[in-house]
Amino acid sequence: MNRYPLWKYITIAVALVLGFVYTLPNFFGESPAVQLSSARATIKVDDKSQARVEEALKAAGIAHDGIQLDFNGVKTRFKDTDTQLKAKDALEKAFNPDPADAQYVVALNLLSASPQWLTALHALPMYLGLDLRGGVHFLLEVDMKGALQKRLDSTAADLRTVLRDKNLRHAGLNREGDRIVVKFRDAETQTKARYVIADNQPDLDVVEAGDASEPRLVATLKPQAQNKIGEFALKQNITTLHNRINELGVAEPVIQQQGADRIVVQLPGVQDTAKAKDILGRTATLEIRMVDDSPGALEAALAGSPPYGTEVYNERGGQPLLVKKQVVLTGDRLTDAQPGFDNQTQEPAVHLTLDAAGARIFKDVTRENINKRMAILLIEKGKGEVVTAPVIRSEIGGGRVQISGRMTTSEANDTALLLRAGSLAAPMEIIEERTIGPSLGAENIQKGFHSTMWGFVAIAIFMIAYYQVFGVVSVLALASNLLFLVALLSLLQATLTLPGIAAIALTLGMAIDANVLINERVREELRAGMPPQAAISEGYERAFNTILDSNITTLIAGLALLIFGSGPVRGFAVVHCLGILTSIFSSVVVSRGLVNLIYGRQKKLAKVSIGQIWKAGTAAVNGKK
Amino acid sequence: MEFFRIKKDIPFMRHALVFNVISLVTFLLAVVFLFTKGLHLSIEFTGGTLIETHYGQSADLEKIRDALGKSGFTDYAVQNFGSSQDVMIRLPLKGDQNTAQIGESVLQALSAETPGVELRRVEFVGPQVGKELAENGALALLLVIIGIVIYLAFRFEWRFSVSAIIANLHDVVIILGFFAFFQWEFSLSVLAAVLAVLGYSVNESVVVFDRVRETFKKVRGLSTPQVLDHAITSTISRTIITHGSTQLMVLSMLIFGGETLYYFSLALTIGICFGIYSSVLVASPLVMWLGVSREQFVKPKKVIEGANEDGAVV
Repeated sequence: MNRYPLWKYITIAVALVLGFVYTLPNFFGESPAVQLSSARATIKVDDKSQARVEEALKAAGIAHDGIQLDFNGVKTRFKDTDTQLKAKDALEKAFNPDPADAQYVVALNLLSASPQWLTALHALPMYLGLDLRGGVHFLLEVDMKGALQKRLDSTAADLRTVLRDKNLRHAGLNREGDRIVVKFRDAETQTKARYVIADNQPDLDVVEAGDASEPRLVATLKPQAQNKIGEFALKQNITTLHNRINELGVAEPVIQQQGADRIVVQLPGVQDTAKAKDILGRTATLEIRMVDDSPGALEAALAGSPPYGTEVYNERGGQPLLVKKQVVLTGDRLTDAQPGFDNQTQEPAVHLTLDAAGARIFKDVTRENINKRMAILLIEKGKGEVVTAPVIRSEIGGGRVQISGRMTTSEANDTALLLRAGSLAAPMEIIEERTIGPSLGAENIQKGFHSTMWGFVAIAIFMIAYYQVFGVVSVLALASNLLFLVALLSLLQATLTLPGIAAIALTLGMAIDANVLINERVREELRAGMPPQAAISEGYERAFNTILDSNITTLIAGLALLIFGSGPVRGFAVVHCLGILTSIFSSVVVSRGLVNLIYGRQKKLAKVSIGQIWKAGTAAVNGKK
Repeated sequence: MEFFRIKKDIPFMRHALVFNVISLVTFLLAVVFLFTKGLHLSIEFTGGTLIETHYGQSADLEKIRDALGKSGFTDYAVQNFGSSQDVMIRLPLKGDQNTAQIGESVLQALSAETPGVELRRVEFVGPQVGKELAENGALALLLVIIGIVIYLAFRFEWRFSVSAIIANLHDVVIILGFFAFFQWEFSLSVLAAVLAVLGYSVNESVVVFDRVRETFKKVRGLSTPQVLDHAITSTISRTIITHGSTQLMVLSMLIFGGETLYYFSLALTIGICFGIYSSVLVASPLVMWLGVSREQFVKPKKVIEGANEDGAVV
């Protein structure tokens, strides 16, 4: 009765082998590496780059332990961190001769030191969380209200153009909070304008308001349009963050959407948090507006009474500049900004590319404002700065704009970078930050490892002393549980955190429950006078229902944590839930398999080694059976 | 080796009232502490900034406080963390301060005073995040309770599920009471521990209830208290060994896990100790008083008829 069919043994053996193979990569540790990837969408990292890396290292006389190319870029391993740092400098020099205009990202990284054949099987080590490897974690919240208001501002500008084109005179068109209010002088224009607006701006809900003496139109964004703008703003911000983080040279940054309006940024290995925050926190948005150069206006504004519809901003150099409130273009319309040189004067310049709508607006505005100045503003957290305020020489069509004059090469580079990276669709704020130093990370790994190891050893000693052979079986089952759990986590490439390690330890501590249940049950049956073979069979059978029940209640708690937990708790919950699943298999199937192997073939089994069975008089109830 | 050589069923139920009074008193004390002292919530819930620094030699806390005061910080808490060289600084949320930069400015203030200070960990939590975490924590607790009640009601009977959940919630309140009394820091990982313990000690009740059901079905002529006594007695060995093993692991975390896992394992320890007590000695008397009887298990048809009246789900 205590025999498994062959297929069951084979299943167990296969599971164990798979568990072993996928756990294996975790034992090889990591070797220092340098990763080369592209900082620009136009530059591809391929075989040629790999050859260049090899050459550059050879030229610098640096020995390496292998170069590989994957979708992340070219990764080169080194034997220690000193060589790694030297190699990074050498590659930086070879690939980015001009540090101001970096075309490649050269970053320090750690690569799994496991052999190639394991990697080929997709057997990779567990991904370590920030609390174990050190780094920075940011949670950013996108200001959706800001995104909507910005959109309304540019819509208001569009409406002005449309109404002017159709010769519909209005008595004022302004954004008031989250709606656009248009005033008219007569009801007839109001009605006409209503149809025109509805035709031109399908995203707007237009309602007539006001009375006959003061007719108005009130336009609000439709809910679907609001959602679309929100989604778009989030996507664009993520793209912008990607660009900015590339400048930091992080090997494996994580930039993900979380919820409707949040972005998680994780930068493993980054230590210079101030710089990281500076670059991320540059929540700049770009706006192009006209400069009010009318005589006396600036003086009046500085005295405290700016002319209607204008405000004062400072230029880079510190001189004040009077700028109209009306926004001509926003950063949304900008598709690219590159540093370069003026074709005629050979002065440093920034070349901007606008999208189709932007190009049309720009053409109109420049045609009407020749010899006037336009200001390019960078707005950060409500505070604006004029990046540059060039004079318009001629009508500019085609969406290709060049800003030049009074710029050095590096200023052109900076401006281009700011314009390119600075075009966040909506302002963002850091609402959560976690920085973990690398030494703390290493310490955490050690602490987690030690707790698990000593706990396991203590349980093993106790179980073997108390249940003897059955104790050994239980410990082996528990070890296989650990093996399955680590293999599963590696296979899923789940992120291991310190709470995750705690969950592994706790799961092991709880999983032994199933084996204790079984062993106690077997003892009880033996005590009741059953022959050993029958007692083993009955013990396992009867314990199974209880094990299932108790694991399901634990699983309910685990799932609740998984659903509602965030950050560290989620890491705990994932491991906890997986651990419960693996523990059912290992404590019931694997341990039964082992017991069957040991005792199943002996037909006349007189005695099993399950510790002392105390038989002098069974419990009262058993006697009554 | 065998620890438990019990000849007769131990008459737990005779002392049921005593156990329940003890429970009630502990529970009430915990509630009193929760209300008077309140939980010392970590910055994950309250929002704020936490900075962990490491000094080359023993750190002078007074000097650090001075340095912070001079740089214009208020309401800061400075304490040693683990060793005399590690210092933890907490700063509350301020209305309109640029919170994201606090970490750097604190470090600047400290390095001005003592060069060579190493920044080991910075945590900043904005107010909206903290509120959400607290809400989600409460929701998770609610979900666990509902899930377990429903599952046990399906698997056993409503009387079992109600008593199991009461017994185990009382554990949760007692753990929280300990944290309030000693003003230990209640963080997200402690919350995770509390929920894990809730799931785990329900196990305990399940194991006993399983035995109760089995005994009701198999053995005739026993009164309900006798059945409960028998069920508890025959599972007590397993109960203690299992919890002992789990506790070994938790103890190992308590010793080797460092500060980060300290409160986590402390919550588990209290939970495990009270879990044994409550799930065995509180849940079982509750089941008895709720009127569990043999008929509910032996004649299933009758149970279903009766169920409509008293709301049983089995």
